[in-house]
Amino acid sequence: MEVFSLIVDGVATAVQPINLMLIVVGVAVGLFIGAMPGLGSVNGVAILLPVTFLVPPASAIIFLAAIYYGAMYGGAISSVTLGIPGASTAVATTFDGRPLALQGRASLALVTAALASFVGGTVATVFFSLFAPLLADVALSFGPPEIFALMLLAFATFVGLGGDDIPKTIFSICFGLVLATVGFDTISGEPRLVLFDIQGFLRGIGFIVLAIGVYGIGEMLWTIEQTRGDVTTTNPKMTAKGLLSDTKESVRRGWKGTWIGSVLGFFVGVLPAAGATPGSLMAYGVAKMTSRKPEEYGTGSPDGVAAPEAANNSASTGSMLPMLTLGIPGSPTTAILLGGMVMWGLTPGPRLFVDESEFVWGLIGSFYISNLVAVLINLAFIPLFVWMLRMPFTILAPLIFVLSIIGGFAATRSMHDIWLIVIFGISAFFMRKFDYPLAPAVLAIVLGPIAEPTLRQSLLLSSGDPMIFFTRPIAAPITVIALILILWPAVKLVRRKRQVVNG
Amino acid sequence: MTLTKRLFLGLAASSALATLPISAVAQDWQPTRPVDFTIMAGAGGGADQIARFVQSVVEANDMMNRPLIPTNRGGGSGAEALLHLKDARDPDHTLMVTLNSFYTTPIRQEGLGVDIETFTPITMMGVDPFVLWVHTDSGITTFDEYLAAVREMGGEYVMGGTGSGQEDSIVIAYMSGVYDLDINYIPYDGGGAVARDLAGQQIMATVNNPAEANGFYEAGDFVPLLAFSDERMEAYPDVPTIRELGHDFSYYNQRAIVGAPGMSDEAAAYYREVFGQVYEGEDWQNYLKSESLSPLPMDEAETRAYWSTQVENHRELLSKIDG
Repeated sequence: MEVFSLIVDGVATAVQPINLMLIVVGVAVGLFIGAMPGLGSVNGVAILLPVTFLVPPASAIIFLAAIYYGAMYGGAISSVTLGIPGASTAVATTFDGRPLALQGRASLALVTAALASFVGGTVATVFFSLFAPLLADVALSFGPPEIFALMLLAFATFVGLGGDDIPKTIFSICFGLVLATVGFDTISGEPRLVLFDIQGFLRGIGFIVLAIGVYGIGEMLWTIEQTRGDVTTTNPKMTAKGLLSDTKESVRRGWKGTWIGSVLGFFVGVLPAAGATPGSLMAYGVAKMTSRKPEEYGTGSPDGVAAPEAANNSASTGSMLPMLTLGIPGSPTTAILLGGMVMWGLTPGPRLFVDESEFVWGLIGSFYISNLVAVLINLAFIPLFVWMLRMPFTILAPLIFVLSIIGGFAATRSMHDIWLIVIFGISAFFMRKFDYPLAPAVLAIVLGPIAEPTLRQSLLLSSGDPMIFFTRPIAAPITVIALILILWPAVKLVRRKRQVVNG
Repeated sequence: MTLTKRLFLGLAASSALATLPISAVAQDWQPTRPVDFTIMAGAGGGADQIARFVQSVVEANDMMNRPLIPTNRGGGSGAEALLHLKDARDPDHTLMVTLNSFYTTPIRQEGLGVDIETFTPITMMGVDPFVLWVHTDSGITTFDEYLAAVREMGGEYVMGGTGSGQEDSIVIAYMSGVYDLDINYIPYDGGGAVARDLAGQQIMATVNNPAEANGFYEAGDFVPLLAFSDERMEAYPDVPTIRELGHDFSYYNQRAIVGAPGMSDEAAAYYREVFGQVYEGEDWQNYLKSESLSPLPMDEAETRAYWSTQVENHRELLSKIDG
């Protein structure tokens, strides 16, 4: 097959000494940037973009893609060890990664994250190699109604399954949705909810600001209050034998989440506008939904770590597809990569695969190599990260506080965001005190800015007729499944009541 | 003592001059800290691409002694960026890359209290023309066929754009006005998304900058029907302009670098020198050509005059849209 010879050529390009060196450096840099709370692949790629003018375009994009990959791996590290998502893509990783770390199983969580990332990235690359042009057409067939239906499905996977208090979950989602509407309204072109006329709200409330506030500051306050500063985590030990048994355990208990994340993440990533963050959240939701033991999720399930981690790597590969084949970025990071390609004199778009075949296949080849390098580097560093956890809480807590503030500032360079982080941190503490789940609010602020405009665009398309979601061939089944999932708890509730009455 | 210090400074200055590229010679002023390079749009759009391109040219040729730090401040349709410049604490180190929300946002949001005529003109990097596009599968190949199709659909003809009061909506509003068209306009949050949904035929036509549509045009997916430039565009010699059809109208997106209000003359002169060199360099000239931008070099006085006519034009155009 022609594809295979192209892949082999691509891999050969990727292992040329200069490219291989760039991959190793890029992955290592990305790993640390991703591990820093607040700094994600977007920042890493943006900061290092000018550096790439020193090398040929193919090497430059390989370098940037390696950073992108490294950051996806790295995001999990602070999610697990500190409980703060290292990047927006790693939020779902905190849900189970953090509890595992608190049980002294940080190494299991990190190994699972690394392996799941590797599988996710590799599966996505295989899909990418085989079906790129076909998938580009699929991506284009997703208009506003389809994207909205997909967002509805993402919400549904969270609401419909919560063992949590449903009214409180819905409140939490609404709270997040309100925060997501702050700023500038795309449809009317007017500013809205610019609270107290503070100009900083014109930009809207960034996801990373909420995430750092909730998971960084809020989590720390919570821990201090719960333990009165006397944190007793089981002392994590790190031996080669331990690492091996962790690997075995993570394969045994995380394979399912890995596969769900790998496949789902890729398709969500391919869709323009979605990207890796919704992909990882959806993968978590679906893994929980299809699990035989959903109650384990949130308490330290390896599947709960594997699903989002496999998905964010898979989605980041997926989001390269619309960028390369259509010239449309699927995520903020690919938007910057796209800018880079224009600067290097390449025209991303339908002609790129034909006109710049060597460039494209070199890049695809580098995905395979980057994945391999990333998993090796990551596994090598795990002892270091686990060792960090041995720090006494009196040192760790101020460190987390400082990292949160610096991370929040680095992302946007605005003091306004720092105050928001502090406010969100304190509010999150009280919400937790009153048993409100926080994850749905975070989900809402990620998906809200995608769901709201697509809903309104769809209704504009149909002149206000909501049937548009039920008559389009792709949107209809997705909407129906989402509605069933949302209504399912209500049905269950009614059935249970009836049983009680009958009994 | 004084003598030694002066001698030392002189030596330092001359050695600095020796290592600097010719560009910096005869400049009294130099940035003393990294320069804030604000982009009044989000990451990935046209203005962002240009800002990062310019930054890379400056970087690659070592043209400044301190780096440019690009920061996207696209909130509130550029309001965030405008306020950031207006309230800049250090105007000598604060620059902005513009698009036309530079004109429209202060008009539409008077509460901001931004008067762009107080800003400091630096360099006009070029202007980006607008073109009307349809998908090849629509079978439409001329503007007349397009008009017939829109009229036949009676209000159901869907066009996408970047939102009410944005550049393309101004063009569409003008075109709908003179040809009496009833168009269902769907706002998106960026030119890239608009092009994507035309490629997927979620919408039927767009008015976009060539940079955002070129990839699809070259692949044969998009057909240009009408240009809103003063003269026919080099890239599409067969596409008529709206001027040829008898309407006195053209519309361009301004791609300029401006300084914060209150920037000192020395600093402004320095930046004009640097970005003037970027402008004349081969990299930028090739970029203009490949992205179909038109050159429109202007000095400071010309830019100021251009700004006031643009503000007047936009006030008039927007009053027609907002009714």
